[in-house]
Parts: sequence; C-alpha cells; structure tokens
Amino acid sequence: MKHTAKSLSLVAVIAVAVIGVPIVGLFVRVPWTRMVELWSNDTASQALLITLQTSLIATALCIVLGVPLAWAMSNMSPRVRTFTRAIVTVPVVLPPVVGGIALLSALGRKGVFGGLLSSVGISLPFTQTAVVLSQLFVAMPFLVLAVEGQFRTMDRGVIDAARVMGFGPFRTFAHVVLPMTKAPIIAGAILAWARAVGEFGASITFAGSLRGKTQTLPMAVYELLERDWELAMGLSVVMILFAVAVIFGLRSQLLNSGNA
Amino acid sequence: MSLIIDGRIQRGECAFDLQEEIFPGEVVAVVGPNGSGKSTLLSVVSGLLRLAGGSLSLDGRCLDSSVDGVYVSPEDRNVGMMFQSLHLVGQLTVVDNVGLALRARGSSRNDARVVAQQHLDAVGAAHLAHRKASELSGGEAQRVALARAIATRPVVLLLDEPLSAIDAESKEPLRAVLEGVLSSFSGIALLVTHDLVDVESLASRSIRLGS
Repeated sequence: MKHTAKSLSLVAVIAVAVIGVPIVGLFVRVPWTRMVELWSNDTASQALLITLQTSLIATALCIVLGVPLAWAMSNMSPRVRTFTRAIVTVPVVLPPVVGGIALLSALGRKGVFGGLLSSVGISLPFTQTAVVLSQLFVAMPFLVLAVEGQFRTMDRGVIDAARVMGFGPFRTFAHVVLPMTKAPIIAGAILAWARAVGEFGASITFAGSLRGKTQTLPMAVYELLERDWELAMGLSVVMILFAVAVIFGLRSQLLNSGNA
Repeated sequence: MSLIIDGRIQRGECAFDLQEEIFPGEVVAVVGPNGSGKSTLLSVVSGLLRLAGGSLSLDGRCLDSSVDGVYVSPEDRNVGMMFQSLHLVGQLTVVDNVGLALRARGSSRNDARVVAQQHLDAVGAAHLAHRKASELSGGEAQRVALARAIATRPVVLLLDEPLSAIDAESKEPLRAVLEGVLSSFSGIALLVTHDLVDVESLASRSIRLGS
C-alpha cells in the first residue's frame, strides 16, 4: 500500500509541476520594475478597459439569460434536458476559434442573419458587441451547467411549500429558489466572468483585434509578444493575479453554500 | 361551511375513494399504514395533486372537479401546510421563513417580519428568529414550520406527521405547543399521524385509510 501511495505521490508532484512550472517561470522572468509601465502603456490600459466593459456586460447577460435557462432545464423531462444540455455544452468542448467562425457565419455580413441585421442598419463583426457575443457564447455554458445542477439537487419540496403558501410559479422562483441558490449562482457567474475575460479565439475571429475598439487583454498580450516581450509577460502576470482572485472569490462563495 | 371530499385519490400504486365532510373546529386525524395515502390526501386538499375523479369543495366553492374541469391551484387556496420534511429555506433566517408565507399573500417585508415574530412567539420559537433555518435542530425546525403553516391564518391547516422525526424529549413540549395552536384554531385541521397518543390528545375524530 505504502509503495503504491509513494508512486502515486510522485505522479501527483509531476502533475502539479506541469501547471506550476510555467507560472513560476513567468514570475521569475517578468521584469517587475517595468510593471508600472503597463499603466501608461496605451495598448495595455485600453485593453484592460475594454476587457472590463465587455466581460462585465457578457457576465450580466450570462446571468439574465443563463439562470432562467438553467431553471427551465431543471424542470424539463430527462430526454429534453439531455438534448438541451448537449447543445449548451458545445461551446465548452469546441475550439473557441470555431465558435468565432460559427458566430461569423450566423451574424457576419454574409451570415445567415447578417442580411436581416444589415437591413435594419446593424453590423456586428468587428464591434464591441461582437466581443460581448463571443464572450457570452463561450462563457454562458459554465454558468448554466453549474446552476442547473444546483436547481435539480436543491430541496424541491420547498417549491411545493411555496405554492401552498401562495406563491405563483414566477414568485416562487424569485422569493424561494433564488435565495436558496444565490451562492452557486454567484459562483457560476464568477466562473463565467473569468472565462469571458480570458476569451481569445472566438473574439479575435468574430470581432478582430482592433486596438482601442475590440482588443481585449488576451489579444493585447498576443500583440505585445511581437513588440515588447517583457510587457507581454507583465500583462500576463496581471491576468494570473486576476485568476487567483477569481479562485478565492469562488472558494468563499462555495463555502457560503456549504459545498466546499 | 365545510370541506367536502367526494372523489378518487390516486398517486402511483396507491388509489382509494373517499367521502368525507369536515367542519370548522374539527381536528381530524388521518391514520393508516405506510403507503395508505395519508400524505396523498393532504396533497389533494392543498392542491399539489389533482383528484383522479370526483370533486373537492371548501365553503361551497369547488376547488377540484374532474367532471367540470375545475382546478384551483395551491397558491389560490387558503391552506396552511406543515410538510413532513418541513421544507424550510435553509439560507433564510427563521423570521424570514415564516414571513415568506405572509409575503406570498401580499405583505411587505417589514410587516411580514412583525407578524412572523408574533407567530414564532406563539410556538415558543421567538428566540430563534434571527438564526438561519439550516442551523436549527429537528424540534426547533418543526416549531418554525408550524409557525409558517399558521402564519396566514388559513381556513384549512394540514399537518403531515408534525411530531415525527424528533426525539422523545422534545416531543412532549412540541405536542403541548400543537395542542395550544389547534385549540385556538377555528378552521379545519387535518393531522396525519402514526401515533395514537396524538390522535387522543389532539384530534376530535379520525379517518382511517387503507383498511
């Protein structure tokens, strides 16, 4: 037993190293003295602002659309739910760039709905709206899948109790279901937000990397790689610190809901 | 002015016909072996389950009739119910759990808290008001669920095994609380129980199912 445990621990150490070594490498090489330059660097500061704007709007949309979808899914018959869940899961397993191409083929100028949109004067590609849509596309599944599970495993009898108390279906959701699932919804939203902030493939395909317009932090890092490798590292460190903050945020939410 | 059940009650394997008229002031114990449909009967009266046939009326108002296609949904019946599994909202405080029933009937948050506190007093749970429902012991949670069931002054009070799942020590005090609540209750009460002591101390008569 002890022998097995030892060899397993060795594998575990290697696994952690796979993730940890690159991050340590980054932190060792990053020129800390130049970090302040990021503030005065137009590329970085504009990208930061655009990233915050678009990702927060995308996260709000994730909640507004995703929570009702998750609730509907939790009330579906198993067969319909499996089918719906399969659709919702697609963006999670899809290469994001493919998602971008899908968005272009649906909403691009020559896309399926592109003609309809342009007839009312709307053109989506290479706009911040396109960035938001790309982020929504890749991020919403994370929220929906996390929350749907909670909706199904919560004490469903409370819904019956709420009906007898006098709540109609909509008010039952607002007054009873939401308070019961607040923590997992916030956790799902944080997860979706983190995914939206990191979004690269779908956005660069559908919205492009236009500095000051559609260029978000990951795109700025990619662009800086060619011009200023040190600053690219600096910006990467900023994003890693953000990720760490997200993990702590998630942890406190999950602790609140008693799931950690 | 009575609750009249004349119909077929069915859920899964369990199915039976029932004809009963229950008057205000009566506390009717519903007894019978497991699976005889005691909780199912409460579900029909609360409106969570439709009759499989026949009709149900309260004070002359038809609540459920398979013949006329009438069905009044649970939220539109003035029923208070204490579920066997209680179904409190663990994330909310005790006072807000009781207040939920009042808010459902249109009270503001503050008004609901004031009235909820009075009902908590009545079941000897006033000191629990600001605890989270998830932190309560079995007996405490049962008091809170009882307060919630009576908070809106319902016409019909449904109690599903209100004294089960607690240790013998807390049973007697809770039975006394229940006795107090039921003696001042002027509506129609249905009490599902396994315990003959409950039947004798709390009920005015009983319905036996599954015999």
